[in-house]
Amino acid sequence: MTTATDGLSQAAPAPPGPGSLTVDLRGVDRWFGAVPALHQLDLGVPAGAITVLLGPNGAGKTTAIRMITGALTPDRGTVRTFGLDPAVDGEQVRRRCGVVSAKPALYDRLTGRGNLEYAAELYGLGRRADDRILAAADRFGIVDALDQRVGGYSTGMKTRLALARSVLHDPELLLYDEPTSGLDPESSHAVLEMIREMTAEGRTVVMCTHLLVEAEGLADRIVVLDGGTDLLAGSQEQLTRLYWPPNLVHLGAQDPSQLRQVGRWDGVIRVDTNVANRPGVVQVQLDDPSRIPDIVERLVGEGVRLTRVEPHEPTLEDLYFAVRRDHRERQQAAERAGLAPVRPPTELDALARTEATR
Amino acid sequence: MSAPVVTAPTPASARRAPAIVWSRLFTVTRTELRQLYESKDFWVPMVILGGFFFLIVPAFLLSVITSIGNVDAVQQVSDALKLLPSTARQAVPQGVDPSTQVSYVLAVYLFAPIAVVVPLTISTAVGASSIVGERERGTGEFLAHSPADVREIYLGKLIASLVPGYLTTVVGFGVYSLMVNLLVGRKVGGWFFPTPSWWLLILWVLPPFMAIALSLVLRLSARVRSTAAAQQAAGLVTFPLIIIAYGQSTGALVGSGAPTIAFVIGLVAWIIAFVLLATGVRSLTRGRLLGVADER
Repeated sequence: MTTATDGLSQAAPAPPGPGSLTVDLRGVDRWFGAVPALHQLDLGVPAGAITVLLGPNGAGKTTAIRMITGALTPDRGTVRTFGLDPAVDGEQVRRRCGVVSAKPALYDRLTGRGNLEYAAELYGLGRRADDRILAAADRFGIVDALDQRVGGYSTGMKTRLALARSVLHDPELLLYDEPTSGLDPESSHAVLEMIREMTAEGRTVVMCTHLLVEAEGLADRIVVLDGGTDLLAGSQEQLTRLYWPPNLVHLGAQDPSQLRQVGRWDGVIRVDTNVANRPGVVQVQLDDPSRIPDIVERLVGEGVRLTRVEPHEPTLEDLYFAVRRDHRERQQAAERAGLAPVRPPTELDALARTEATR
Repeated sequence: MSAPVVTAPTPASARRAPAIVWSRLFTVTRTELRQLYESKDFWVPMVILGGFFFLIVPAFLLSVITSIGNVDAVQQVSDALKLLPSTARQAVPQGVDPSTQVSYVLAVYLFAPIAVVVPLTISTAVGASSIVGERERGTGEFLAHSPADVREIYLGKLIASLVPGYLTTVVGFGVYSLMVNLLVGRKVGGWFFPTPSWWLLILWVLPPFMAIALSLVLRLSARVRSTAAAQQAAGLVTFPLIIIAYGQSTGALVGSGAPTIAFVIGLVAWIIAFVLLATGVRSLTRGRLLGVADER
């Protein structure tokens, strides 16, 4: 990592290779007046991967994206994009980024082509502009609408046009801030597919969303933000390992109260009768998944009429809430002890915890 | 756990100001003008406004005055001409009937100065919404993430605001000149408008005043929260131009035969305009394009 103390960043750094960080934010603070938008934010974005920033409204996702391109500068901490400081080499950084903001940011009075031409000229495409415009429009299925005014476009068309504009100059880093906002499920799915295709071409993608279902299966790496701080970063598998107990089974019965007895049986670590959004379902944690047939046999033998036996893998939603709950509990514990608010666990902390557990 | 690396961000003084890319600047200008051209709801009322001040009202009144001849009302206005400064009075044709003299004075010292306000109104209306409009529409986000330097965006928008105003000046006064020369010129011995002092006003005094007004309007546009607020505040900025119009209508500013005052005023206005433009560029930041709160 380079820091501000290294002085000015190099003018033309080597392109990031596999495994290197395209974006590296360290200890970034940003205030809007008296309101902290980012607090001690650490964010690493590996090259060639999809990194999803998850968090509620006001978590700092959009501000983080604005820091990456240098549209905003930090009050404290360092920002490096492609190894460059966007505050110093902003033009070079922004030339290599394609951004789609939460609002499509299109000029309604211009045609689709007019919007793309404007971007092409600002990004200095010159004679290649016409070919690039057609190629981008074709890719996102808006060629037929290019000569219509954007004011008459549907929300889905606007999103497609904004996506086309974001790749017009062949950027290495794509920054998408809630790109499916306002889209119907079919259009959302199409947009997410397009994003997936673009990483297949070696591009790096950072996507903000508060829709967990979007991140599920799309993200190579997830960063959970809250209150302008990164609570945790890692792959879904890493998050599962850290925040989700293994060997969980959901059991259901015509009379759920009959399932409570399982808690006294050998090999059962914990029974939770209060499973979110699943009334009547009991969550059982076992020391070994091979015990499931024995437990089922014993319950049936005792006359329990089972309606569900389901090994439970956590969804991203489960993990997200587990991470936030863990953070909240740490904060409350610190407050009770009269200590300063705890810094949330970084990725390195988390990995260390994993190693210690092993 | 690794110790967090926390450092101060790169200070502003260490940031290099890149050279202005003129092609990008003119791209901003061209796109702004293209959007204006596409906005009939903006330019149709402006054309009507210009039409009233440059053509319809002066043509009607001058036609009436030149056709009714030497009636009492005209005689009273003619007597009021004595209030004009001597340099201005000397320029009024002698040896013609009072109605022609009145027509001449109205054409040079009343209708034309009033019409000066039209191009300024158009330019300030364009300028007032240019930056805050980007923010309101959300398109400021696109510009903030683009490679364009904020100076290119600011100057591009400034030129785009100046062009409609100055175009109105040229076309408006062209039409006005044609009309007054046809109606009044034949009675005063030929084409008389624009007078030399008016050429000075249009080419030397008006442009820097428009630039001053626009640099202030764009500063406001970069800072206020809504287009409506920018347009309200821009109304105050038109004040200097109204003073010019008043000065011209009393003959005090550019009295015929005494262009020195106008030249000096123009020179001072150019200097102020350049200073305001140079400092005004700093009023626009990427944060202001994004509309973030309390942006430095």
